[in-house]
Amino acid sequence: MSQPTLRTLRSPLGRARGMGSAKGGTHHWWMQRVTSVALLPLTIWLVFGLARMPDSTWHEATAWIGRPFNAVLLLAFLAAAFHHTASGLQVVIEDYVRGETARMGWLLAIKGICALLWLAASLAVLRIAV
Amino acid sequence: MSKTTDVREAVMVGRRSDGTLVRRPLSPHLQAYDMLQLTSALSITHRITGVVWSVGMVFLVWWLTAAAAGEASFNGVQWFFGSFFGILGLMALTAVVWYHTLAGLRHLYWDSGRGYDLPTTYMTGRAVLIGTAALTALTWLVLLITWI
Repeated sequence: MSQPTLRTLRSPLGRARGMGSAKGGTHHWWMQRVTSVALLPLTIWLVFGLARMPDSTWHEATAWIGRPFNAVLLLAFLAAAFHHTASGLQVVIEDYVRGETARMGWLLAIKGICALLWLAASLAVLRIAV
Repeated sequence: MSKTTDVREAVMVGRRSDGTLVRRPLSPHLQAYDMLQLTSALSITHRITGVVWSVGMVFLVWWLTAAAAGEASFNGVQWFFGSFFGILGLMALTAVVWYHTLAGLRHLYWDSGRGYDLPTTYMTGRAVLIGTAALTALTWLVLLITWI
């Protein structure tokens, strides 16, 4: 009897069960790329935007933040940046923190902090703009 | 293969399609690689700058929330950013942000399946370093011109 040849990466057990994958295997990786592409123009805009307003008074700064164009881009930047931050720090934690409890604790803490910072910053932008 | 109790060790074990156990390949890490090579040095710097930028985001949130809170708290933040350590921190953060952005662009290029050969890897690596220096200088030039 000749050796059976495999023409697929799926294991024989996986093929027999026929369940397929949960379809979410690349979601974390993919969202990291999507947010990074969004952050490319937003970061360039924000860094040079902030660089052009050093020594600004409170009136000048709030006028800049409150301009609809800037407020929308700031909200977009904050959403993409904190999503990207949370998923990036998640990978760092998964790589370096050993032990199930400690790792889960760190992951939940980071996600919670990122969510709260994002909400706080977005509320600040909205309060100034609206 | 001996019995493992650590979950992280357990997920390192895979099974070949013929049923034999195999230890999954490990990505480069600090203890396995010569960190003085340009390639591995840039790799770990990408991760470090990502973590530093995460901390830098806290200062952006501080700036925005202080602006929303009122003139007095905003003046406090502006005083901090204008202080010696504030300016030093912002300069470092500018370099960190441009490095992570350019190195991220390099990663997206790799994700397209290109640029894996050594000459190209070193070329794009040097481009990231030169680009970081150029964009950091340009940012602070723009800032200084506006300031004066």
